[in-house]
Amino acid sequence: MSHAVANSAHGSQHNDHGTESNYLTARKGLLSWLFTLDHKRIGLMYLVSVIVFLLVGGLFALIVRAELMTPEGDLLDPDTYNRFFTLHGAIMVFLVIIPSIPASLGNIFLPLMLGAKDVAFPRLNLASFHIYVVGAMFFLYTLISGGLDTGWTFYTPYSIETGTSVIAATLGAFILGFSSIFTGLNFIVTIHKMRAPGMSWYRMPLFLWAIYSTSLIQVLATPVLAITLLLLIMERAFGIGIFDASLGGDPVLFQHFFWFYSHPAVYIMILPGFGVISEMITVHSRKNIFGYKAIALSSVAIAVIGFLVWGHHMFTSGQSEIASALFSFITFAVAVPTAIKVFSWVATLYGGSIRFTTPMWYTLSFLFLFTIGGLTGLFLGSLATDIHLHDTYFVVAHFHYVMAGGTIIAFLGALHHWWPKITGRMYNEGLGKISALLVFLGFNLTFFPQFVMGSHGMPRRYHSYLPEYQTWHVISSIGSFVLGAGVFLAVCYLTYSALRGKKAPDNPWNGVSLEWETATPPIEHNFVTQPVATRGPYEFDEIDTSSGRSHH
Amino acid sequence: MTLFVTTVLANAGTSGAMPPQASTIAPEVDGLFYFIFILCTIFFVGIVGAIIYFAAKYRQRSSNDRTSAIDGNHRLELLWSAIPTVLLLVIFGWSFRIWLDMSVPPGDAIDVRVTGQKWSWSYDYPASGCVGVSEIVVPVGEPVKLTMSSLDVLHSYFVPAFRIKRDVIPNRYTVQWFTATEVGTYPVSCTEYCGTGHSIMASQVRVVSRPEYEDWLANDCGGGDKSGEELFRDKGCLACHSVTGSKLVGPTMLGLYGREETLVGGEKVLVDDNYIRESIINPNAKVVQGYDPVMPTFKGRIKDRQIDAIIDYLKTLK
Repeated sequence: MSHAVANSAHGSQHNDHGTESNYLTARKGLLSWLFTLDHKRIGLMYLVSVIVFLLVGGLFALIVRAELMTPEGDLLDPDTYNRFFTLHGAIMVFLVIIPSIPASLGNIFLPLMLGAKDVAFPRLNLASFHIYVVGAMFFLYTLISGGLDTGWTFYTPYSIETGTSVIAATLGAFILGFSSIFTGLNFIVTIHKMRAPGMSWYRMPLFLWAIYSTSLIQVLATPVLAITLLLLIMERAFGIGIFDASLGGDPVLFQHFFWFYSHPAVYIMILPGFGVISEMITVHSRKNIFGYKAIALSSVAIAVIGFLVWGHHMFTSGQSEIASALFSFITFAVAVPTAIKVFSWVATLYGGSIRFTTPMWYTLSFLFLFTIGGLTGLFLGSLATDIHLHDTYFVVAHFHYVMAGGTIIAFLGALHHWWPKITGRMYNEGLGKISALLVFLGFNLTFFPQFVMGSHGMPRRYHSYLPEYQTWHVISSIGSFVLGAGVFLAVCYLTYSALRGKKAPDNPWNGVSLEWETATPPIEHNFVTQPVATRGPYEFDEIDTSSGRSHH
Repeated sequence: MTLFVTTVLANAGTSGAMPPQASTIAPEVDGLFYFIFILCTIFFVGIVGAIIYFAAKYRQRSSNDRTSAIDGNHRLELLWSAIPTVLLLVIFGWSFRIWLDMSVPPGDAIDVRVTGQKWSWSYDYPASGCVGVSEIVVPVGEPVKLTMSSLDVLHSYFVPAFRIKRDVIPNRYTVQWFTATEVGTYPVSCTEYCGTGHSIMASQVRVVSRPEYEDWLANDCGGGDKSGEELFRDKGCLACHSVTGSKLVGPTMLGLYGREETLVGGEKVLVDDNYIRESIINPNAKVVQGYDPVMPTFKGRIKDRQIDAIIDYLKTLK
């Protein structure tokens, strides 16, 4: 291990991190957390918030699924049902998935993996968290002040007319956008300027490439969402007539604006997931990544091309047929780099020494689920088949396989992978596997039947439905309860282990990227001396280099 | 899991992955659907098969395991970039050809206007002067062009059996067309979220023979022979007005007739034939206390004899 870091004073096999205490205990008191400039503490506060909102958003989903056990709308009245599925979507997108990996794990690990003391702008980082809290408060206000029933997409003109708290919710999303921009900006500068000596671009862990691509989108696309939501607020408050058809506006224009952000946002959500998968699949199979450059650059390619595909959400919207054809074509172009990534991860397993730890279970689970999510995207990117499937349960299943089966599964895996480093404690491996299995089975049980319902024509956002779909809905609801139990179990034993778990060694998985070189939990200033990167992030000791590099 | 697999197989046996095919475009869409489905199955089995094989073969045997130094293979990477690219181009080209057929209605199509409104559909047949009909009847084997618009928010007109769907927008017309191939009745649903009654904003397309169609146009068009109960359902009233006593967006119709209601502002009104008629034509003139003035007008969208039928139906709800 010691040769990964030229750490002259402390380079012994048992790392001596000096006498400095770890970031969790270095300072005391609530204020030392709320106003900390330490990226690890900020990341941890993000992590706790994200998990709390994951449970809240999940609870809404379970209530929605309970309603759908029977074809009649009997558990909730239609307006409550509409509020609940809206809140599920809005909370999960804006408060959970978008900040999940970048703002929590990215914040904690980006400087550590770069070999830096902190992010470039610690105060901006703290501001980003404070803004997140303010944005979240607007969402909480929305919850208690009549809810929101527009769907997370806020489509006009419904969102102009409805009596629910659209202004509070959109202001919340508007404010959260700034938190996202600040984080992205901070990460871009940090990666450009604060890499440790020896840390060339192509020696960065792939997680950092993924975070870098994500940050680019956050900075470039989020302002468009801000403008769009502001216009919607002005439309509701002052009737400016941009989107309101009765004032001569164009409701479809809103969809163009909205998806110009929200499609790239899909990549804000999934790219960090790709990043952690690259970390976990290598460390837990003791293999170098297969096709480093292809994976690194395909993230950037996805980020760039992802800006030009928003119209594939609008094939039935009445936009021009030629525009639809172009959007469909470019959508297929994004599929190629995504396929390359999946093939590369699978090939990475070849010739490895695979450890079936909880993070590895989640990684394999990700590959299974994300492959289904990606492949079913082909039905939707293709014009003729999308017309039938658009706005049915097929779409619901597809994006859950990508956003939850992809991002949330990757997030849960990464949480286990880095849990020892973050908390200094080991989680219970047996419970970890049980929960990973429950999540995997529950997930498939919940969402696979939705593909079947969708292709049969079951529309989404329905409070009641035709009896012919009931069998599938019941299976789906049962699956969601299993999924919920799996996630809840994980939150329970993780919380327990953070307080009472076994003490974790500095490097439980024998990783060779820089975050494993510091103490567990890391000291307040990350490293005692400036670390130097002397080898690639996946050049493990087990790799048999005697036969030379196979590069043909 | 066993239950799940069994159910999948059972359902796959009785029907395909798609609804019945009842339009000329449906077999074309399904052909492409199943092509993509087979491709996906091949890739999925290949990818998951490789994962399971590698996971078994390369599981950790001892802590002294040596692992392969392979970190890439340009030829392989080129191959697995090129093959998906070609397949994706095939899907795009195939889909684009069907898309062109879907997008261009034939010149001789029968014109039907579709109006979406929270939470019901109505139809006009401009050629025969038949307006405000609550069902759509079309002859089998002839192209039909739907010119659609909305009176309020976005809706979307989806006929699964025809594989067609298009959003219905205020202040703009959108168009879609179909040629039905089988006589029968096919459900229509709204697939763009539109609020309280979104999930019951249903309708149906009745496909009949040419003589039956002409007969319907001449005699029944306008739905005059429908009962008040059918009209109450077809016009979407049930979305807001229960007939069972439960309170929805609007007051329940149970025991409504002859009841004395208190209006916003404190005035009282006796529910009689004239009050019901006024509430359908000019709904927000006298709003009952405790409710919002949100009901859309049905002026021009309902015939006098239909109002009569609905009033007679409401009288029976005691």
